[in-house]
Amino acid sequence: MSSADADLIRQPASVLAAAICDGEVSSVEVTQAHLARIAEVDGRVHAFLEVTAEAALETAHLVDEKRKSGANLGVLAGVPIAVKDVLTMRGVPTTCGSRILEGWRPPYDSTVVARLRAADMVILGKTNMDEFAMGSSTEHSAYGPTHNPWDLERIPGGSGGGSAASLAAFEAPLAIGTDTGGSIRQPAAVTGTVGVKPTYGGVSRYGLVALASSLDQAGPCARSVMDAALLHSVIAGHDPRDSTSIDAPVPDVVAAAARGDVRGLRIGLVKELSGDGYQPGVLQRFNEAVEILQGLGAKVVEVSCPNFDYALGAYYLILPSEASSNLARFDGMRYGLRVGDDGSNSVEQVMSLSREAGFGAEAKRRIMLGTYALSSGYYDAYYGQAQKVRTLITRDFTAAFTKADVLISPTAPTTAFKIGEKVDDPLAMYLNDIATIPVNLAGNCAMSLPVGLSPADGLPVGLQIMAPPMADDRLYLVGSALESALTDKWGHLLIEEVPNL
Amino acid sequence: MSTNHETVPFEEAMTRYEPIIGLEVHVELGTNSKMFCSCATAFGAAPNTQVCPVCLGLPGSMPVLNRVAVESTIRIGLALNCDIATWCRFARKNYFYPDMPKDYQVSQYDEPLCTNGWLDVTVATDAGPQVVRVEIERVHMEEDTGKLTHSGGATGRIHGADYSLVDYNRAGIPLIEIVTKTVVGTGALAPAVARAYVTELRDVMRALGVSDVRMEEGSLRCDANLSLNKPGEGWGTRSETKNVNSLRSVERAVYSEIERQAAVLDSGGRVIQETRHFHEDTGRSTSGRSKEQAEDYRYFPEPDLVPIAPSRTWVEELRATLPEVPSVKRARLQSTWGINEFELATLVNAGAVELVEASIAAGVDAAAARKWWTGELLRVANERGVELAELPVTVSQIARVEALIADGSLNDKLARQVFEGVLAGEGDVDVVIAERGLAVVSDDGALLAAIDEALAAQPDVAEKIKSGKIQAAGAIVGAVMKTTNGQADAAKVRALLLDRLGVSE
Repeated sequence: MSSADADLIRQPASVLAAAICDGEVSSVEVTQAHLARIAEVDGRVHAFLEVTAEAALETAHLVDEKRKSGANLGVLAGVPIAVKDVLTMRGVPTTCGSRILEGWRPPYDSTVVARLRAADMVILGKTNMDEFAMGSSTEHSAYGPTHNPWDLERIPGGSGGGSAASLAAFEAPLAIGTDTGGSIRQPAAVTGTVGVKPTYGGVSRYGLVALASSLDQAGPCARSVMDAALLHSVIAGHDPRDSTSIDAPVPDVVAAAARGDVRGLRIGLVKELSGDGYQPGVLQRFNEAVEILQGLGAKVVEVSCPNFDYALGAYYLILPSEASSNLARFDGMRYGLRVGDDGSNSVEQVMSLSREAGFGAEAKRRIMLGTYALSSGYYDAYYGQAQKVRTLITRDFTAAFTKADVLISPTAPTTAFKIGEKVDDPLAMYLNDIATIPVNLAGNCAMSLPVGLSPADGLPVGLQIMAPPMADDRLYLVGSALESALTDKWGHLLIEEVPNL
Repeated sequence: MSTNHETVPFEEAMTRYEPIIGLEVHVELGTNSKMFCSCATAFGAAPNTQVCPVCLGLPGSMPVLNRVAVESTIRIGLALNCDIATWCRFARKNYFYPDMPKDYQVSQYDEPLCTNGWLDVTVATDAGPQVVRVEIERVHMEEDTGKLTHSGGATGRIHGADYSLVDYNRAGIPLIEIVTKTVVGTGALAPAVARAYVTELRDVMRALGVSDVRMEEGSLRCDANLSLNKPGEGWGTRSETKNVNSLRSVERAVYSEIERQAAVLDSGGRVIQETRHFHEDTGRSTSGRSKEQAEDYRYFPEPDLVPIAPSRTWVEELRATLPEVPSVKRARLQSTWGINEFELATLVNAGAVELVEASIAAGVDAAAARKWWTGELLRVANERGVELAELPVTVSQIARVEALIADGSLNDKLARQVFEGVLAGEGDVDVVIAERGLAVVSDDGALLAAIDEALAAQPDVAEKIKSGKIQAAGAIVGAVMKTTNGQADAAKVRALLLDRLGVSE
């Protein structure tokens, strides 16, 4: 890799976009630099399941031509991006990290991908993930784990570990993730990057292969708050193809990121998202960040959301219930893996054999949990009760947002753990999402951004900002203020401290 | 599986048992696009040509509700005197089957759009027509599944087939399910009530214009539930008969199931809760899937759709679009057209009511309008296998023909030839008359010449007429009509003939 390339891959997306727009560098050059980086390091990181080099260069070339012709370019035109393998992209394999979808090439673009294309962004490929987004470590990918660039023996978080790792490894300046219980935010926290789960309905789910329809939300992954805001503005907005999409103007997240101001803002510390189970190093960096926010003029108050204690339980009933139904269509009949079709088996047997061979252990575990929870006679006690808890959690948020403009907590209770450490202990794995799950249940929005390295292990710690529904701009207002204070303190973004691969 | 054909004759069964029926009718809505996507819904297209990621249930695709389908459902609910929900949701019905693209069906479960309605139906009894009120439990919306065709194997069913083909054109077509409450106390009228109900329902759908309701194409499907019990005893176990594909079969299915269940009960047996498959050819059913262990569909609210909350204003707007209730309309037509129930039924079954009404509005005499639509035109429609309304003939063309008949320019035979030409696409009425030279021969000279010629050819007949056997005139009139290619007014020929021979009637 040339030193020019090495320089290009470390640039923020906003800087690359401006340089491409001004003709200082071509999109082809930027794309080539990132493809070269992927070729160099992805054998060790394994962030990508599919690299679409040829299509990427073709798009980059078209963007360069477009610029030369004097046409107007979007804010991120020509900038490369990685897309989590849970979003459909016409003609490109979409596996969701599962064997059962092996070989499937969707005949259509998801709305998110269509918007990236419409914004002249350059899609580098599809990133690794826990199977059907079920997991917090990317170890549940059928195609092998992704490694955390901060320490290749550690997990990059999950389910969107591939997207987060691609940023931390400088393989892509931007990425798309999806967040059902923390799958954008927790990987952001453990890789020292920024991730946002927009308000439910803020970004179209059309073409997002559903895990839990009422919880899933796609969002931006970046190395800085401003880059995340720019990407957020590209992908968000009403989509008539998604009935749950909100038909209202997108909050001006870019302006909020540019302003970055917490003066007079009330910031609520959620009592229930702290204490036992959170590593001291995580809490230490979190508390320091709180002090910084106070120093910037924010009013810090403590709020209590008592029903958050039941969030994990409710989540692990609602998610598997919806997932058991959403994953039913993977039956070997129409696409993907088909097993046992040798004339000796009935259609039911082929369905059963295909699903047995195609799904991994975690997917099977959740399908069984969900099937049970929805069963006649159990529905009220499980799915029904969980929905009530969900209502209570939403009420807790509503009450808390009368006392505070935003809420904060550590994003994850721990820093990145070792690959293999929790893979056989589902409950320990599920606890990673204890702080991120309430937001998915209530449908509001949240961001994770890095606030330092834990003194205990030198690994990144994330802070979560939560805002009310459709107040996504507040995430950027607070996140940007905190990020610039920290950058001033360190002299650079935290990501600059990631070891050389 | 029981294919036991032992039965107790219907009349005998009715001396010991009381039947309880319940009918579930599925109606395919005639919307231009599917329920959750913009794919076309035309019947008979090449397999899998009217599909997209949504109705194929491809990963990532999402449904968007068709507003017209909701509108049609509300109008059906209103026509069936139902309450319209202020807020309701779709639910997923989960089960695995290869005709289901998502392995769940988007349906409505505990929150149907319309509830608590009724429909009055009339059945003929020895004591005259009797009105039976059939109460409606619910009307809900759901998406249709794909269509499986099984190849090979003895039964034409999925078990034992060599292979099966799936056509997803039908997947996602909006379906309405109309479920009655249990209909009790109809006794021996039960089969007739079932048929009358489905017939009436079909007429309501037709009047609403929400579906083409063709049972033979499956756009109206009926499942008949039936149980028998001894008078004064608790309800029996019910069976559900499917594959009932005509109005006649609805009646026959209930009838034969009464005979079958009576035989089971008489022999001390137990009626099994099961789905039965009706066979049009034998008029009997065979056992299908047992429902003893009820399948658990794991219903839960469909999270990909938002609730339906029809405003009262909208509902009232839709109420204002309701057509005249078919039964009321029929009574009105019978009296204004002066026809009996049977004649009206002929018009209804032919789908001719609206066409006759329109023809009358265009100035055609009521009797003539009925004659054309249920006679010559219906014959052609049946021959072509199309609906009357699809024939390329307009009411103004019928009015024109009738006017020409009235002024003596056409006779009945010529008029039929005119329609033959119009239906063959030869042009409008006057064009066909001109092109085919169909005008009535009204030149007395030409007719007299033809009469003389005929008389000369049949002198014996001429003598008979002269001697007072006027009924023999038909032979001469017939001969004249033949030589004029039917283009003469027969009455006029007859008058001229008698005049010529100096005979009077």
